[in-house]
Order: sequence, then C-alpha cells, then structure tokens
Amino acid sequence: MYHQPPGPATEYGARFRAWDWRRALSPTGNVGDAVFRGALFCCALLLVAVVVLMFVEIGSNARLSVAGFGFSFLTGREWDPVQGEFGALPFVYGTVVSSLLGLLLAVPFSLGVAIFLVEQAPRRLARPVAFLVELLAAIPSVVYGLWGIFVLAPFLREHVGPPLQKAFGWLPLFQGTVTGIGLMTGGVILAIMVTPIITAVVRDVLAAVPVSQREAALALGATKWETTRIVLANGGPGIAGAIILGLGRAVGETMAVTMVIGNRPEISASLFEPSYTIASVIANEFTEATGDLYLSALVELGLVLFLVTFLINGAARLLVWSVTRGTSGVGRA
Amino acid sequence: MSRADTAGRRPRRGRRAVSALMTMLTAACALLVVGILVLILGYIAWQGVSSLSLQFLTDTPKPVGEGGGVGNAIVGTLLLLALASVIGLPVGIAAGVYLAEFGRGWFAGAVRFIADTLTGVPSIVTGVFVYTLIVLPMRQFSALAGGVALGLIMIPIVTRTTEEMLRLVPTSLREGALALGAPQWRVTTGVVLPAAASGIATGAMLAVARVSGETAPLLFTAFGSRFFNVYLDQPVASLTVQIFNYAVSPYDEWHAQAWAATLVLMALILVINLSVRLLTRKKF
Amino acid sequence: MMTATVPVLAPGAGGEQSPRHEAAPAKISVRGLDFYYGRAQALHSISIDIPGRVVMAFIGPSGCGKSTFLRTLNRMNDTIPATRAEGRVLIDGQDIYAPGVDVVELRRKVGMVFQKSNPFPKSIFDNVAYGLRINRLTDSRSELQGRVEEALKDAALWSEVKDRLKSSALGLSGGQQQRLCIARALAVRPEVVLMDEPASALDPIATQKIEELIVGLKRQYTIVIVTHNMQQAARVSDRTAFFWLGKLVEVNDTEKMFTNPDEKLTEDYITGRFG
Repeated sequence: MYHQPPGPATEYGARFRAWDWRRALSPTGNVGDAVFRGALFCCALLLVAVVVLMFVEIGSNARLSVAGFGFSFLTGREWDPVQGEFGALPFVYGTVVSSLLGLLLAVPFSLGVAIFLVEQAPRRLARPVAFLVELLAAIPSVVYGLWGIFVLAPFLREHVGPPLQKAFGWLPLFQGTVTGIGLMTGGVILAIMVTPIITAVVRDVLAAVPVSQREAALALGATKWETTRIVLANGGPGIAGAIILGLGRAVGETMAVTMVIGNRPEISASLFEPSYTIASVIANEFTEATGDLYLSALVELGLVLFLVTFLINGAARLLVWSVTRGTSGVGRA
Repeated sequence: MSRADTAGRRPRRGRRAVSALMTMLTAACALLVVGILVLILGYIAWQGVSSLSLQFLTDTPKPVGEGGGVGNAIVGTLLLLALASVIGLPVGIAAGVYLAEFGRGWFAGAVRFIADTLTGVPSIVTGVFVYTLIVLPMRQFSALAGGVALGLIMIPIVTRTTEEMLRLVPTSLREGALALGAPQWRVTTGVVLPAAASGIATGAMLAVARVSGETAPLLFTAFGSRFFNVYLDQPVASLTVQIFNYAVSPYDEWHAQAWAATLVLMALILVINLSVRLLTRKKF
Repeated sequence: MMTATVPVLAPGAGGEQSPRHEAAPAKISVRGLDFYYGRAQALHSISIDIPGRVVMAFIGPSGCGKSTFLRTLNRMNDTIPATRAEGRVLIDGQDIYAPGVDVVELRRKVGMVFQKSNPFPKSIFDNVAYGLRINRLTDSRSELQGRVEEALKDAALWSEVKDRLKSSALGLSGGQQQRLCIARALAVRPEVVLMDEPASALDPIATQKIEELIVGLKRQYTIVIVTHNMQQAARVSDRTAFFWLGKLVEVNDTEKMFTNPDEKLTEDYITGRFG
C-alpha cells in the first residue's frame, strides 16, 4: 500500500482551498461588490494621485530654478529675465500687500452681511439677498478685471485717490501719482471678489451655533446686538477659518488682479503705484518665456503659489470644520 | 431683606441704541454688497448690448476696424466644457460615491481633506501643471490640454457636492434595499444614486458653470486661436481668453467687443445657474 | 442642608394648606392667555395665580403646553417667528405684554434655566458675570467679584470652582454646568426663576443636588419649574399645576394634588393611566 505522507505542497493546497478568498475581497463576499468598490476606490485614489503628481511635476520642472537660485529667489529684488536676473521679492510683496488690503476691506463688510443674513433679516428677505451675494462669486475673474479697468480704476482715480492724497498725503502709503491702476485698485477688486466666500462660510458658522446660546443670552436680558456678540464668540475659530479661506482665494486670484495692478515688478511704499503679483507674472510671461531657466523660474513661482495656498486652505478648512463639523458649504471656494 | 435688584444704573437706552445702530450697519453692508453686484451686472448689460449682433455671435475675430466676432470662441468654450465634463464628471462623481458609501476611516478622511483643499488651489497652478504634463510633451497648445485643465479643476468640486447629496439620502432607503437581498453595488446604483440624481446633477452643472469662467489655466494650455477649431490637438479659442485679449488691447472697438463677449459669457453662466434653480424647484 | 432621603412633602406645604399662599398678592397673575404658533393654538385660556416665594411645578404629558406657557412668562417666545399671545400676564400687577414694555428689563427680572445647560464659551467667572456686565449692575471690580461669589454660593457651586474661576466653563461636568447656569441666572438677582426641566439631562446624583438647591432658593425667589417627572414635582414644589392639551386642568397644593386631586383627569395622569 503506497501512502504518501502529506507534504508541504498538499498542505498549502488544502489551506488555499479552505481560505475564503471571496470574503477577503469585499465584506459581503459578492464579486460585483468587489468590482464596484474597487473601481470607485481607484477614482478616489486618483484624486490623491493628482495632487501628488502635481507636486512632482511642478517640482521637477522648477528644479532648475531652485538649484540655480536657492532661497535668494524669494528675496531677490530684481526681476530682469533679459539679464538672467530672477528675484521674486516684488511679486511676493505685491501678492502680500494686495491680498492683505483686500482682506482688510472685505472682512468688515462680509461679517456685516453674514450677521445681517443670519441674525437680523427676516427669512423672506434673507434668501434673495443671500442668493444675490452668492451671485457675486459666479462672476468670472476676467469680467471683474474688465469692469475694474473701465469702471473701478477711473472711479478711484477721480473720486477716491485725490481726496485720500489730500488728507493723508504725508504718509508714504498715499504718495505718488494717482493713475487708477495699481495696488489700491488690485486690493479693492480682491475685496469685492473675496466677500462672497467669507460671507458664505461665516453664515454657515453662525447658523451652526446652537439656538440655546442665543436663548441663554436673551434670558439674561441681553439686547439683540449683545446676543449676536455671544454668537460671534461661539463661532470664533470658524470665523477665523473663513477669513483665512478668503486670504487663500485672494493670494491665488489671477486675471482680475493682472488687469488692474499695472504689472511692474517694483517694490514701492505707495498704494497708488503699480505692482505685480505672483499669479500675474505667471499669467503674463509664461507664454513668452524664452529659455529653460526663465520657464523654470516661472514654474518655481507656480510651486510657491501651490504650496502657500495648499497650506492656507488646509489650515482654514481645519478651523472651519472644528466649528461646523464638516457640514459647511461645499464647493464654495 | 429683599434681594431684588433695581434696574441697571446706566441708562438702558444706550444699549438699545447700540443694538439698533448695529442692525442698521449690517443692513447697510448688505445693501452695499448687493449694490455693487447690481452695478457690475448693469454695466455689463449696458455696455455689452450695443455691440451684440448675429454677426458678432457667428464671426471670427478680425483686425481692428473690420468688425469680427466671437463665434469661434463660443464654439471653443463649448468644446472645452464638453471635454472638461467628460474628464471631470465621471471621476468626480465616482469619488463622491466612494466617499459617501464606503468612506469610513483615515483614507476617506484624507481624500475629503485633499478635495476640499484642492478647490482652493489657484486655477493658474493647475494650468502650469497641465502645461508641464501635456503641452510640453506635445510641443504645442491644444484643446485637449485646456479640457484636462478645466476637468482637473472640476473634479474636487464635483466630488464633494456628490458626497453631500448622497449623504442626504436616508439610510432607511439603503437598508430597505439591502434587507431584500440586493448586493451593495445594486443598492448604490439602483436606489441611492437615482434618489440623489437631481442633487448630483445640480452639483455637476454648478461645477461646469464655475469652470466656464476660468481664464488663467487656458492661457497656456488651450492658448487661443483666430479660427474655428474642433480638433483636440490644436489650440482653440475661448470666450474668457478672448475677453482678456480684447480688454488689455489699446483699441476702443475691441473694448466694445470685450463687453459684448462678456455679456455672452454671463448669459451662458446665468442660463446654467437658472436651470439648476428650476430643476431643484420642480422636485420639491 | 437636606438629609440624604428627600422628604416627599416640600416644607411648608403640608398641613397648613392654602391660607398663607392665598393671603399674599400673587406674584404672577395670568388671565385668559391664548397662545398661537402661526395658526395652531397651543394654549387655551390659561388663568392662574403664582404666589411669591413658592416653588410652583407645571406637570403634564409631552406637548401639553407647559414649556410654551413657561416661556410666555419671560416672553422668550418672542424669538420664534409667527407667534401670538392674547390675554394678560401680570407680574407685580403689570401686564408684560402691554405695548411699550421693556423686554430686556423683564428678562433680567424673570430669569430662566434651560433643559440642557448652555454655558457660554467663556470662563466660569465670565459666565456668571455676564448678566451683571451687560446690565451694568455693578460699579467696581470688587463689587462684581462679590456678586459672582454670592451667586455661585447660592447655586451650591462655589466650593467646587473657587480655585478655577478663570478656567473654561465647558470643562465642568453636566451637573456642574447646570448649576453654573443657575448661578448665572441668579447673579442678576431676578425675582422669578423659570426652570424648564432643569434636571432631565442629568444623572440621579446631580439631579438630587439640583432639587436641594431649588428647595433652598425658595426663600428668596419665586420658582416655576416645568418637569415631566412627577416624583420630582412632589419632592420640590409647594403648588402644582397640571396641563393637558394646552389647557390648565387643575392647580392645587402639591400634597393635595398627589393624594386627592380635584379632577378625574388629574387623578388618571398621576396614577399613570395615560401619558
């Protein structure tokens, strides 16, 4: 009687057959489920892959410039492609100042509108007004730019610049010739563009504050405004997040700013002088970049913009999420 | 001993006055913002109407003084939107479905976070990315590159709106189908998706409306053209780029055409937004 | 300080029935109150006298209007759109729904504690001081501190928080937060304290502390408490009012209400035949 003792091969074979491989694929053991879930998973993975790919692609194309200039890229004051000089400080300055100015102007008004919509206005008035404010966000950037060139710039040049200069001309901020094209116009148009976003997020934040907080204040004899201040205190981190979100949007805004800011790579203390932002220089000079170094420098600027906005938006989302628990308006930014 | 307190020592009228003042101020803010919107839209309508004509809508751009139109730009924009939708909608909706139906755990959280953050990345950065990815290897600008850029911008937006719409579908609906013995994938495709269909369609259309206004990424992907073009490997004109080029030119005639083109673009966006509102109102 | 076993009868209610309460003028006097949410009528012709310095309990099944009625007493329902009150609600002889009434001052005089504690996202001190600050009730920092300490002592919370007044109120336990809300309400020295199921979200030990507190507060304040827990009403209150479907069915001394009520409906509810 020839009897083969069970060797390794047969043992593994038995284990393989015993293992329920179908159940391992998906919780229900259904093949259709496994395929479905796998396909969807791939699409979700694609999102992550895209971001990673973006970093890699932009990063590698910027390598030439990064290697060539190092950190002095961001601190260099001269942007002269003809001479091979690529100092990005003027753009950093222009981006920072125009964005901060835009925020400075936008935040009080956005908060005011959001408070009006959530705390003050009767429901029938709040809905159409909210719709109109959101409509501001639907206007394309290039249209803002067009309006900026032909309506806003002349307006600032004739009715806002001169009075400001007369009153505050002793400040370096308000010196120089008022042409209507410059940092101030850029800041104002950014303010208009950023307002609907901040308003929308602050609205969500305030609406998420429980009614019990308002009632607690009212029951102690608070006026409407005092009650609103309690609501604002509750929404603190969320409001901060909304403002940072607006900052992120302002930093990346391209077309409208390009059309009204003058596009001169110079650092000047005056708000009336033309300036240049990171996004604008990319938009203007990308197609005319001659030479690998020039192009690489512009790509590096794109990388800077990418990283900065990624970080700003990440921080903002975390702050907003902490207050609204992830139910805030989606696709608003 | 009575511990009841008398009224506050400072006049209460001050507090009421402050409250009333703040109410007025916030209303004034709302008025200002709405006023600016009306100003902008009104100006566009006023300036744009004068240059609108059938010829304007069908002609290609001509040198200064010879008229011309944005016919090719309209076609180009529609082509780019179609391309972007083909790329962006399936992936975005699929990712949204994944997050809503299977999205528990750290991976889903990371995807959600990335999607949210991606919506805030400037579109010009996406343009730079697509330039290095497609334009450089192809050695030329193309409608494909422009469509891919716009599609990439659409994906995170569509993902999040899809997820939110699916989350609104009550769990009882899913459980009812599962209890009948349907596999998960059947439940999702046959019961949940149809229930959320109008909401998802709304999100998709809003994303399309959003990218129809994009200019920056197209500047160095689709680039622009003075001719009609439907080939994917050639540069193509678009309304937004055309408006930009006309606006920054020194010619009054082209400025007028820029306003008219703006009117056409705004009409397109408004049509999309309004039909979304109409769609959602009919359901409820 | 009450002993561990809380007596069924609140002190002062047993034996000597109504005379003491009837002789004093009613602190709150309601005549023919109808209340509407939009077109739906929630309260039907409520008439009741609430004497001063007693604990009055409102009982009844869910949705019978007891919370709605409580909130009419400090006009909290004004914050809900499309509500309407008809009839008269007199506090100290003055109709609080008359035109020209200062609602802000009314709410300082008639305080409220809510079902779920709702401390502000501020420190313990700032929570209690809030009412004092906005109503400008103190002149100096030391006076403010004194008032805060007094309120926390009245709410039986002082010993537990006196070393961490600056820490966030949200770090307290549920029962402590509710006592903080009571201290916050007491700080402005109201004359009436309305309590809407103040212990329903708390564990039994915390509930007991609150009930002891309520009985102790009766010496200085008029307290109206809404509760769905009949045993609680029997434990803490002097008078009880039974509501059903928006109508006031019976008002009586607590002891009588729970042993020999006048209305059959009341008896059915008390013995658990419905609700």
